Amino acid sequence: MKNRKTIKVDYLSRVEGEGGLLIKFKKGEVADVKFKIFEPPRFFEALLRGRNYTEAPDITARICGICPIAYMMSSSQAMESGFGVKVGGPLRSLRRLVYCGEWIESHALHIYMLHAPDFLGYQDAIQLAKDYPEIVKRGLEMKKVGNEIVALVGGREVHPINLKVGGFYKVPAKHDLCSLIERIKRVREAAYETVRWTSTLSFPDFEQDYEFVALSHPQEYAVIEGDLASNKGLNIPISKFEDHIQEEHVAHSTSLHAAIKERGVYAVGPLARFNLNFDKLSAVAQEAAREVGMAPGCQNPFKSIIARSIEILQACEESINIIDEYEVPEKPAIDIEPRAATSYGCTEAPRGICWHRYDLDDNGTIAGARIVPPTSQNQKVIEKDLLQFVQKNGHLADDKLTWMCEQVVRNYDPCISCSCHFLKIKIERD
Amino acid sequence: MRPKRKPKIAVWKFASCDGCQLSLLNCENELLALSQEMAFAYFPEGFRAVSKGPYDISLVEGSITTPHDEERVHRVRRVSKTIVTIGACATAGGIQALRNFKDVQEFIRIVYATPEYINALSKSTPISDHIRVEYELRGCPINKYQLVELISAMLNGQRPVIPSYSLCIECKRKGNVCVTVVRGTPCLGPVTQTGCGALCPSYHRGCYACFGPQETPNTNALSHWWRDRLGVKQVDIMRAFRGFNAYAGPFRKESEAHEE
Repeated sequence: MKNRKTIKVDYLSRVEGEGGLLIKFKKGEVADVKFKIFEPPRFFEALLRGRNYTEAPDITARICGICPIAYMMSSSQAMESGFGVKVGGPLRSLRRLVYCGEWIESHALHIYMLHAPDFLGYQDAIQLAKDYPEIVKRGLEMKKVGNEIVALVGGREVHPINLKVGGFYKVPAKHDLCSLIERIKRVREAAYETVRWTSTLSFPDFEQDYEFVALSHPQEYAVIEGDLASNKGLNIPISKFEDHIQEEHVAHSTSLHAAIKERGVYAVGPLARFNLNFDKLSAVAQEAAREVGMAPGCQNPFKSIIARSIEILQACEESINIIDEYEVPEKPAIDIEPRAATSYGCTEAPRGICWHRYDLDDNGTIAGARIVPPTSQNQKVIEKDLLQFVQKNGHLADDKLTWMCEQVVRNYDPCISCSCHFLKIKIERD
Repeated sequence: MRPKRKPKIAVWKFASCDGCQLSLLNCENELLALSQEMAFAYFPEGFRAVSKGPYDISLVEGSITTPHDEERVHRVRRVSKTIVTIGACATAGGIQALRNFKDVQEFIRIVYATPEYINALSKSTPISDHIRVEYELRGCPINKYQLVELISAMLNGQRPVIPSYSLCIECKRKGNVCVTVVRGTPCLGPVTQTGCGALCPSYHRGCYACFGPQETPNTNALSHWWRDRLGVKQVDIMRAFRGFNAYAGPFRKESEAHEE
């Protein structure tokens, strides 16, 4: 491949949003790799100014159609912490349940429709379904049940309407939730099968040294609450995020790049959570991981597909427990009394931590907002993985290398609409 | 007679959250059946392979916010027989149209450290401001059953049945108790097009107008009611109309009438 100059993917497919890749070669060596994001900016942080705190969950939900719950929850909890209230008991359980629904829906979409076709050499899930109809149907059914959980608790799958600061507008009756339980149990079986199936895929030999960052909680597999922890010594409350992590603005992206001030690049998402919080997974999820030889400390980003499958299993187990133990709360939401505050919220979106900060005045009007979505945090690690991967696999033919590079990006399930929010790959060789 | 060639469908994205095109992937029961009847010829969010146009149906999501997209949307028109815009961004400019009431340069400075890297138009505008469109589907997000109805009507050469009356009609049919009358909750249902299934009132919450203005909205009368009977403040009336369809004509005018 002496004459190779550039590999370029103008519009990366099977990711959410608009991004591209540019890989330049000089004298056969990789000279530059850029993960380009040209999603048009929508200025959420600016348009939130002057809005009431009650409007933040619905407005920020519109940052992402795939993980609206993450935004609604991070913003609601930020407001609550600023106003000194805490949502506990059955209301907190319902929040975890609706979040489990979003994890199941988003992870099943990514595993079956966006990521697995790469491993098996298919262009898309419809092609895959021609040869393996049962597998694709299984994935669609899992996704559907995840969506039904979100719709039952939240009102609809995309941009749910029933979540608010303080809790919910209306809480479901016990029998409403119980109506889903048999199907969630079947999805739990399907999730176990998915763990086994994804572990049989062939994974490139690609281990890197990563700093993984995730929420961590003493009692649970952290989703809606916790401190920020990493495998390299980060251990901070969410309010100290800005002391340790900075965002920079680069010319080839309309999404800001985040890095840890002391050490630089880090990774968030299912693999980070699995590695850091393995001991908090349910016994069945741990057993499934052990059965397929997936142990904490996994440094191969291609295996994030297995971590996602294990997390679906976890989310099903949790959903079933929550429904079993559910008792209808007395009130659908706790009372809120606004006050001036700088407030913080952070939860685990399916693709990693989604961090929010708001400056609020006495009436609860938003004076300032900062939102750091998971994909802007993963941008640097995606570029680093691409560089390493191309250095190691530069001998591959352009079309094969291009496809593999796309897969490197899809390992992170990037949600580009969130991070600003297209995938183009371009490889240049001189 | 069924044509031999499967109709080609394309999905295009401009400034948006991807939620409306996701509604297509959320048709879990219908997706494989739809793929028998038509070819997903260009749908980058879900499909890697691309087949060339022209396309029989183009679904367009998102609003026009950059000089590049202002050009690109004309290319979409040239390769498409029928264009359907999907969602509040594509039909009204979306939540990002809140910039239309402010100075966009200030917005850029708030979010980005190096404003010169950002190239944005001063307004976020709907697709129909730039090209001819055959059909518009409302909603933030769209209702996936309206999408399936529209696609199947088009595949069969029929007119889709998509109502343009107010949410109140659907809400009454559902047997909901009126949230405004009984609970005193401000609700935009009387001026909003139906399509969501009267969701918010079913959850004891006032409608916040995801589907935009209904065919003959009397926004002024509603604002008076809110102010006089419910005691809603001017600023809150303005904020209510300045939501996901803020730049749709009737809502824009009403919110401007309440600027302080």
